[in-house]
Amino acid sequence: MNSTSDSHALSIALVGSGGAGVVTAGNLLLEAARADGSFGLMRRSAGPQIRGGESAALLHFAAAPVECAGDYYQLVVAFDWLHAQRFVEEIPLTAASCVLHDPAGGDVPEPIARTGARLVPIEMHAPATEIGCGRANMIALGLVSAITGIKTETLTEMVNRSLSAKGESMVMGARACLERGAALGRSLDIDLPIPVDPDGADGRWMISGNEACGLGALKGGVRFVAGYPITPASEMLEWLAPRLAGTGGCLIQAEDELASVNMILGASYGGVPAMTVTSGPGLALMTEGIGLAVASETPIVVIDVMRGGPSTGIPTKSEQTDLNIALYGMHGEAPHVVVAPVSIADCAFTAQWAVNLAESLQTAVIVLSDQLLAQSRTVTHRPPDIDFITRRVTAQRRDEAYRRYALSGDEVSAMAIPGSAGLSYTADGLEHDERGTPSTGAEDHLRQLDKRSSKLTGFDYGDHWATVEGDGEVAVVTWGSCTAAVREAIRRAGAAGLPVRLIALRLLAPLRTKQLSQALAGVNRVLVVEQTFSRQFYHYLRSRFDLPGRTECLARPGPLPLSPGEIADCLLAGTAR
Amino acid sequence: MNPIPEQPRPKDYKSDVKPVWCPGCGDFGVLNAITKALASLRLPPEQVALISGIGCSSRVPAYTSLYGFHGIHGRALAVGAGLKAARPDLNVLVAGGDGDGFSIGGNHFLHACRRNMNMTYIVMDNEVYGMTKGQASPTTAPDWTQSKLTPSGTLSRAFQPAAIALAAGATFIARAFSGKPNTLAQLIVLAMQHPGFAFIQVLSPCPTFRPEQKEWKNIVRPFPADELPTSDPALAALHCQRDDGMSTGVIYVEARPVWSRSEMEKTTIEDIEQEFRS
Repeated sequence: MNSTSDSHALSIALVGSGGAGVVTAGNLLLEAARADGSFGLMRRSAGPQIRGGESAALLHFAAAPVECAGDYYQLVVAFDWLHAQRFVEEIPLTAASCVLHDPAGGDVPEPIARTGARLVPIEMHAPATEIGCGRANMIALGLVSAITGIKTETLTEMVNRSLSAKGESMVMGARACLERGAALGRSLDIDLPIPVDPDGADGRWMISGNEACGLGALKGGVRFVAGYPITPASEMLEWLAPRLAGTGGCLIQAEDELASVNMILGASYGGVPAMTVTSGPGLALMTEGIGLAVASETPIVVIDVMRGGPSTGIPTKSEQTDLNIALYGMHGEAPHVVVAPVSIADCAFTAQWAVNLAESLQTAVIVLSDQLLAQSRTVTHRPPDIDFITRRVTAQRRDEAYRRYALSGDEVSAMAIPGSAGLSYTADGLEHDERGTPSTGAEDHLRQLDKRSSKLTGFDYGDHWATVEGDGEVAVVTWGSCTAAVREAIRRAGAAGLPVRLIALRLLAPLRTKQLSQALAGVNRVLVVEQTFSRQFYHYLRSRFDLPGRTECLARPGPLPLSPGEIADCLLAGTAR
Repeated sequence: MNPIPEQPRPKDYKSDVKPVWCPGCGDFGVLNAITKALASLRLPPEQVALISGIGCSSRVPAYTSLYGFHGIHGRALAVGAGLKAARPDLNVLVAGGDGDGFSIGGNHFLHACRRNMNMTYIVMDNEVYGMTKGQASPTTAPDWTQSKLTPSGTLSRAFQPAAIALAAGATFIARAFSGKPNTLAQLIVLAMQHPGFAFIQVLSPCPTFRPEQKEWKNIVRPFPADELPTSDPALAALHCQRDDGMSTGVIYVEARPVWSRSEMEKTTIEDIEQEFRS
């Protein structure tokens, strides 16, 4: 459905050292393309440095929603090549590609030159300096507008808006650079028109995965967030802070992740839906607190924006390698829910769903986003509104003594909210009896373990457990940010005569084995696709479920995302590496 | 449960759960003092939340009729901060031991002091880990060699809770003795009435692992009443540094703006969604 082939898409990479304005230029380009009627996607590739490191804005435009990178870039615009060798492999080129580069920015790196792409030296820094108050990124933007046919007026309007706070001279300088760049672009013999579908362009959203997760959480009712800055999750906290305050909520920058998770436990215990946002190292620190949420049956949502690990790993690049810690990270037996969005726009739905699952099941819900989803920005249709009816079951005063952890057959027991007279209790991470009084008894332990497990396995998760598309005797089972590339690969395989089903799990735990079995009915070959080294997802599936027929796994760790081309090749060749 | 009578009694704030504490444990006195303070403040039990971590003293919430949260080791202040931020209407008490508060939870202690949320933190300090059977704690004197874990002593200077709270920015700092529950109850009332983060270090003897602390009742004495409490941090620091740690009373009280939620212009989900449209 929501994918396009390379022939309908235009992929452009803007390259320059950190601080050179690559991302600013990319954002403006994406916004201008939206105004002209295009759908788009912008990924970011950056090093850990704030300034002086490498950075690239990787843009994809199409006449229909575009969720993943194409296999190749048609156009590269490089202001300079500082440290570009660190990510040139993320910008695959062919002999048909075109590379505009400023000779003042250094020699074209050998791996790029080797592709046979057409190299076009063109000054960007010098004309910007000449104009004064101008920057090479605006020259580059002008070049791209001329090459792609994006209206310069549209870009000028965007620049006026985005730079107005920086003063008149900055705006004038940027506009002069845009025009100079556009004139330079027109003098080149390069024509790469941007694909557009102007129908309904006004209603299209431009949103990043981090923003979408934040929005979903707000819509789900989260009104308290505690978090500690960490790449690539900080932007979600920054997005949430003023919006929580504006909607009657509150965000605290905690002293560390241990505090973050315990603060949200306190807030949720007080009756306010609460969430924290982190990345791998923070999730590792939070695991004890997540176990406490499970044991004390206090609803919390933990969003983990995954990055390369282990340890500090590759903080600015994507990976799906926190799956194991999210599934198994807690000590003892701590059943909880793990969900993952299947696209940038789906971050809104999945985060909203996560809040509702946490609240209605009184447990911890971990949301596994990743850098690729979180820091990419998409121009797409407005995400659908979902009305959940599930809410936290709160205790009402009755005559008999209140039992917080009552085993009444209905495994979710009513939770008293502080302030409610006659219902006070002590929430406890110690094993406890039905009242919450600490107990070391075998029977209490068994009954409470069963209560905490059954409430999750017996719950009706509806159709949200996975995105299932297509039919055929071959199926790809995947999750998270891999879904987009898989979908495109399946489209190509279909075009080549091989029908393939897509099963992208949104609910990773508890695994819906019955539904998965139904979705795989008639399948005789399964390809599992994931961005890990050790095939975590594949092993998880196989440990819980007998995948039918021949099973294969296409797995690769970050930072290189799996491309539709290699997945399609794998499907068509019938073998995974 | 019956509604709280006009003048509640301390026992209205107790539960029927029997404490795990050893006979002679100082924490009984702290439990009594908390219930006396709440009775004198006439607070309905449901308006008070008592948050704790792990350790002997952290068992205290279940022994009360308050809303309690018995969390994990060292994190009580974080749970309390989240609760207070989300529910400013509640009275939040946080309680625990010296290991919980100053060792594993030391970072939260520093930041709770500087954050200055309106809550009260009671640390029952017995200079030992009781629940794990007698190891040295941060407040243990360096020459204490009775733990098998540190047979040569702690090799570290003892943590000075009041001085550190002062440096970190607590706005109400007191020290008390669990053997004088009425005095402690009065201090808890002052602490709960103080707008901001109030910290009370309670010397609370452990008769099992530190039997020598039975002598504390003969050693503790009030701070000089003519000099303390003070709002002068330099004077408070002087007393904290000069003292042997056994003087009791309110040390420091400062009027500083209390943590409050950031105020932003009201907005709606619809307004926020509008940001994403062209």
